[in-house]
Amino acid sequence: MKDVNTEGYTTEDGRKIGGVVMEMKNITLRFGGVAAITDISFDIREGEIRAIIGPNGAGKSSMLNVISGFYVPQEGEVWYKGSRRPPMKPFEVARQGIARTFQNIALFEGMTVLDNVMTGRIRQMNAGLLSQAIWKGKAEKEETENRAAVERVIDFLEIQHIRKTPVGRLPYGLKKRVELARALAAEPSILLLDEPMAGMNVEEKEDMSRFILDVNDEFGTTIALIEHDMGVVMDLSDRVVVMDYGKKIGDGSPDEVRNNQAVIDAYLGVAHD
Amino acid sequence: MAQSAQAAGGLASFPALLQRNATQFGDKPAYREKEYGIWQSWTWAQTEKEIEALALGLINLGVNEGDFVAIIGRNRPYFYWSIVAAQSVGAIPVPLYQDAAADEMAYVMEHCGARFAIVQDQEQVDKVIEIQDQLHQFEHMIYIDPRGLRKYDHHQLHQFSHIQEQGRAAREEFITDLKERREKLDYDSICVMLYTSGTTGKPKGVVLSNRNIIEASKSSSEFDHLTRDEEVLAYLPMAWVGDFIFSIGQAYWCGFCVNCPESADTMQTDLREIGPTYYFAPPRVFETQLTNVMIRMEDASRFKKWLFDTFMAHARKVGPAILDGKQVSGWDRLKYKLGNLFVYGPLKDTLGFGRVRVGYTAGEAIGPEIFDFYRSLGINLKQLYGQTEASVFITLQPDGEVRSDTVGVPAPGVEIRIADNGEVFYRSPGTFEYYYKNPESTADTKDAEGWVATGDAGFFDEDNGHLRIIDRAKDVGKMADGSLFAPKYVENKLKFYPNILEAVVFGNGRDACTAFINIDLAAVGNWAERNNIGYASYQELAGHPKVLDTIQAHVEEVNRSLAEDPMLAHTQVHRFLVLHKELDADDGEMTRTRKVRRRIVEDKFSDLITALYDGSDEIFTKTEVTYEDGRKGSISATLQIRDAAVVPVQTQKVAAE
Repeated sequence: MKDVNTEGYTTEDGRKIGGVVMEMKNITLRFGGVAAITDISFDIREGEIRAIIGPNGAGKSSMLNVISGFYVPQEGEVWYKGSRRPPMKPFEVARQGIARTFQNIALFEGMTVLDNVMTGRIRQMNAGLLSQAIWKGKAEKEETENRAAVERVIDFLEIQHIRKTPVGRLPYGLKKRVELARALAAEPSILLLDEPMAGMNVEEKEDMSRFILDVNDEFGTTIALIEHDMGVVMDLSDRVVVMDYGKKIGDGSPDEVRNNQAVIDAYLGVAHD
Repeated sequence: MAQSAQAAGGLASFPALLQRNATQFGDKPAYREKEYGIWQSWTWAQTEKEIEALALGLINLGVNEGDFVAIIGRNRPYFYWSIVAAQSVGAIPVPLYQDAAADEMAYVMEHCGARFAIVQDQEQVDKVIEIQDQLHQFEHMIYIDPRGLRKYDHHQLHQFSHIQEQGRAAREEFITDLKERREKLDYDSICVMLYTSGTTGKPKGVVLSNRNIIEASKSSSEFDHLTRDEEVLAYLPMAWVGDFIFSIGQAYWCGFCVNCPESADTMQTDLREIGPTYYFAPPRVFETQLTNVMIRMEDASRFKKWLFDTFMAHARKVGPAILDGKQVSGWDRLKYKLGNLFVYGPLKDTLGFGRVRVGYTAGEAIGPEIFDFYRSLGINLKQLYGQTEASVFITLQPDGEVRSDTVGVPAPGVEIRIADNGEVFYRSPGTFEYYYKNPESTADTKDAEGWVATGDAGFFDEDNGHLRIIDRAKDVGKMADGSLFAPKYVENKLKFYPNILEAVVFGNGRDACTAFINIDLAAVGNWAERNNIGYASYQELAGHPKVLDTIQAHVEEVNRSLAEDPMLAHTQVHRFLVLHKELDADDGEMTRTRKVRRRIVEDKFSDLITALYDGSDEIFTKTEVTYEDGRKGSISATLQIRDAAVVPVQTQKVAAE
């Protein structure tokens, strides 16, 4: 997508995609001498499902970490909702409405599903320490409202039956779903998913794909995801960025990307000089 | 005569009963459903408003009197409202099994010519769209949960809440029409059409009138003194007549509250939270629960295990007697009270049976140990015998006369006759009108005087006048030497072992009996875990030599107990095998209500039956399986065939009944 505009486009299945909500301009990220990301630019539009793909070590997760504020790139700019984002801490990014899940699940194992998902609402809780301690007034009201919001997410992701189960006792596929629930509970405007299907069987992948599509459809959430499974990516996403060795080698609709020679080479493997 | 029974006080239909409930005790809860983690509730007055809005919406959509409305989904208040709303506009509700395969659903919907369907969510919408080409009369579909359906073509697809809104908006326009249609309903109007799953052939549409359902609900409610303060949990399939009687029939007649679980997976938690006073479950549910309790007790600490064993032994001794109000010594009573404090009370609470006043089980025989376990805890669990064609009730066990091997005395208003071949016939106000578009079957089943053939063989117990059912009449056969062969009797004895989930016994026209066994994965899997036996699949566990040894021990034990009964000694199981797959409704081997389809099993596994009789030690077989989403695959295995020891019987000339 060369020209940045606010027009947006219409997807094949008739969804209206809005203007640019986040833009990465010439991002370069180095760890010491190693360049993880070299001069990458792309944008994410309102309401779309945007995938970042690439072989192992291509720099996908680093890219996601730049978006979520975990890494600060040495060069380049991140533009969010029309203004340049200064370097900020991850919690500040979260406050701006960007939520994420992790490649290696990062949940509180000893806490119940419900409590884990409730932590996604921290941003919406402002009651003072005293009020929280005696659980009166503002704290009580807030908790009730937040619980209601969390219950909607639980219902949406169909995890009612494990509501009171400690996360540590759950199988992997369900943990992934709980993590998605926590991210959703924050009511993000952009949701970042780091390999949401990794390690899942076919049936679990199908379920997860459905949930991702439903989230996008139901709440209009913009989704950026990293994924290895090409089949899943091509089915789910509206536009795909392809990375290889820290560089962008393709960007466009799944069809365009599939027929891109550089992408085919990167995936099938050609000798690098 | 019972057939001419007239409605009391003009209460000849469910819309009329709804009006009564809403006016007489409008602020009592009628429905509860757990959603978003909280029990949401609707009073009778609110229910009336919801149903009226929906009924008006249906008129607005073009539902005519006499139309069929298919209802497909799990137990939710919205579906129960849909049933009564359809009745209000003069249409006929047809609840379907939500997990039915697409072609089963297509058959039923085309057979009744449904113009409308009210469904749960995207999954059901997709299924109906898939079969739509085969449905010639089908027009509109209404869904409850809009998730994922935003992008669908909405010309003939409508959201439930929108239909209600349109109904409310068009109230002025249609209310007189609705009232007229409602007032036309009488005792002869069709109340509901339910398809029987049928162990053979295509499903049949059983047409039940208001008279059938209301009379059956009325007399059975009086029999068990049900009041408007009962609480029930609606979790059994809505397409099954039992749920219709409990959650619509008796609920409207008595005015009690129907509670709907949050999802199928949360049923156990919800059961505990509601604590029903009136509860129904097929034997399988009780079996599974008991198995779970036993597995958990195996893992409990020594002291707890001792406490449990000690007090359960005492409960088995005096519990049923206390429940029946018989004479029990003061010391035993005291000890039972202590047990109640430490074991029975907490256990009942965990199971969700803390408040059960009347509990029923039916559909299949229940193991005496299982039955006695619940009764000894002080749960008034009873048996009933019934079928769709009778609006459920044929016989019921009265309080204080409960036994595990009988199904009770004729329900109020029911006459029973045993034919010469042992088949049970009945006649009652609940007797169905006819099978829809199937006069031959109707004539085969119901004669001119109203007597209905149940297809079950049974006899009245001479001691207490209770009915005993031994088997399906058509399954009762003769062995090669002419003696009686009742496979169900033997199968039930086998199934009473927690390790055995299902058994199919063969022997009709043969000189010896053989059996297929399905192991219970939960029970056997737990045993394997405790004994450090590794297994990767059901198939592998089923073929494990130690598992086969255990099953063999069970079979031989059954043989010994059969040998004691001169009538059945010759039906001892000589050879058996453990199947490599669970019998499954998706493969057509069982009905949706989980009854084995004997003929299909015989056909499908004919190679295995041959092997059982030709003396081979093992057999290689390949079986086609259907996955839940309709895809097909196949599994193959080499099965071992084992010989079981039998107790020699003197060949006596027994006059078969």
